Amino acid sequence: MKSIGYYPGCALACSGIELDLSIRELSRLAEVELCEVADWNCCGASSAHSTGHDLAVALPYRVLALAEAQGLTEVLAPCASCFSRLKGTLVRLRRNPEMLEKMAGLTGRPCRNSVAVVNVLEYLNRLLKDGLAGKFTAPLKGVKVAAYYGCLLSRGEDIVEGDDAENPTGMEAAIRAAGCEVVPWNFATECCGGAFSLAKPEAVVELSAAILGDAEQAGAQMIVTGCPMCHSNLDMRQRAMSAAGRRTGSMPILYLSELLGLAAGIAPKAIGLDRHFTDAMSVAGRSA
Amino acid sequence: MLGENAVNVAQTPTLARSILEATGVDVARCYQCGKCTAGCPMARFMDLMPHQIMRLVQIGNAAAEEKLLACAALWSCAGCLTCTQRCPKDLDPAAVMDVLRQISYDRSKTSPEQKKVLAFHRAFLKTVESDGRMSEFSLVRRYKMASRDFMSDVALAPAMFARGKLKFAAHKSPGRKEVGKIFAACRKRGGA
Repeated sequence: MKSIGYYPGCALACSGIELDLSIRELSRLAEVELCEVADWNCCGASSAHSTGHDLAVALPYRVLALAEAQGLTEVLAPCASCFSRLKGTLVRLRRNPEMLEKMAGLTGRPCRNSVAVVNVLEYLNRLLKDGLAGKFTAPLKGVKVAAYYGCLLSRGEDIVEGDDAENPTGMEAAIRAAGCEVVPWNFATECCGGAFSLAKPEAVVELSAAILGDAEQAGAQMIVTGCPMCHSNLDMRQRAMSAAGRRTGSMPILYLSELLGLAAGIAPKAIGLDRHFTDAMSVAGRSA
Repeated sequence: MLGENAVNVAQTPTLARSILEATGVDVARCYQCGKCTAGCPMARFMDLMPHQIMRLVQIGNAAAEEKLLACAALWSCAGCLTCTQRCPKDLDPAAVMDVLRQISYDRSKTSPEQKKVLAFHRAFLKTVESDGRMSEFSLVRRYKMASRDFMSDVALAPAMFARGKLKFAAHKSPGRKEVGKIFAACRKRGGA
């Protein structure tokens, strides 16, 4: 059985629980063991790098050091924000060995910076390449999907490797493998407002409504994302968008892992499809 | 004149030097093309545009510093990295924003209108400092106390509980004391 280190991060225990459930279900199906980084801590997300430079590196550093001490060579960080912080730290430490020493002093944990960090798209594409697509018994034939990458799964060339930051395509093969059709649209890498969900909800509503509007105009029946922050902004704020007069109607927002889970015939509730704010259960019955 | 060879550490203004030291970005190299502003999704919510922030760092006199550290724009950056991705001079304006925000916070210059954003970051970090991890309920409770913003999103809470997206019990890591020590160590060095 194959295995990979797993850093679920904080959001996946609560607001992003569907991402955790669907990743676990798909991994079980693909016979990949997820080895959780023991005693992991929060990566610091936007708040650490907004207010303190050392802390913004020290928190992800501790996670990398713990994973290394546990003997892991690769860690999957499904949350886009965690991925960006962990991989960003790894890249910075590689560039700056003095920082590595400073962090060892600050955290009391030595680290050789030997662990690779894998994002959700890389991981799902790897499962598909290793034969997961052969287990897809319930493809969602002909469903039109807008592939939404947002910020942290598209930008930062040394962080998100191997895709075009302005025109990413890393989700397309997986969406097609699930039987769906990928629609061309304009907002694939636009920002949803990210962590401003609490402090500047009006900005989140405006930016997220524009994303939904463009997907709708492109003929998409759903938006697929990889990021828990994008997911909660796009899924949870649809009522607020209507109340603000920004748009009407509803658009299901699925994690790519949920879409693949459905195609694999996994029960919708097992991947958390019933936990969305905007109905997504109807998608489950949609395969023609 | 500001140009490719303008970096002279002894003469570099303080903010520019702090940015250079923390990120390696030499703001003097910005030639004001405005691409950062053109692509910024949050520009419409900002009082200073990203390219104006770069320009004020270049000017670097006391008035420019004052304006920069108190501006609302620092706290409206979503960290989406569009500017960083597109900067033709590889200057990483998002990292510049980070450093300016940190200095604005450290020197207590933050615009009072931005207290909700600051309250959010503080609530988030306080939660991580005590629990090692973030949990939405602890975060929202702390945020509401600090921002006095009691009413917003209250209607979402019951639906979040019903969907398992909000839990009363905090999510704590076994090594949270060690995480707390990291916060203290960073604070001691002036980096948190």
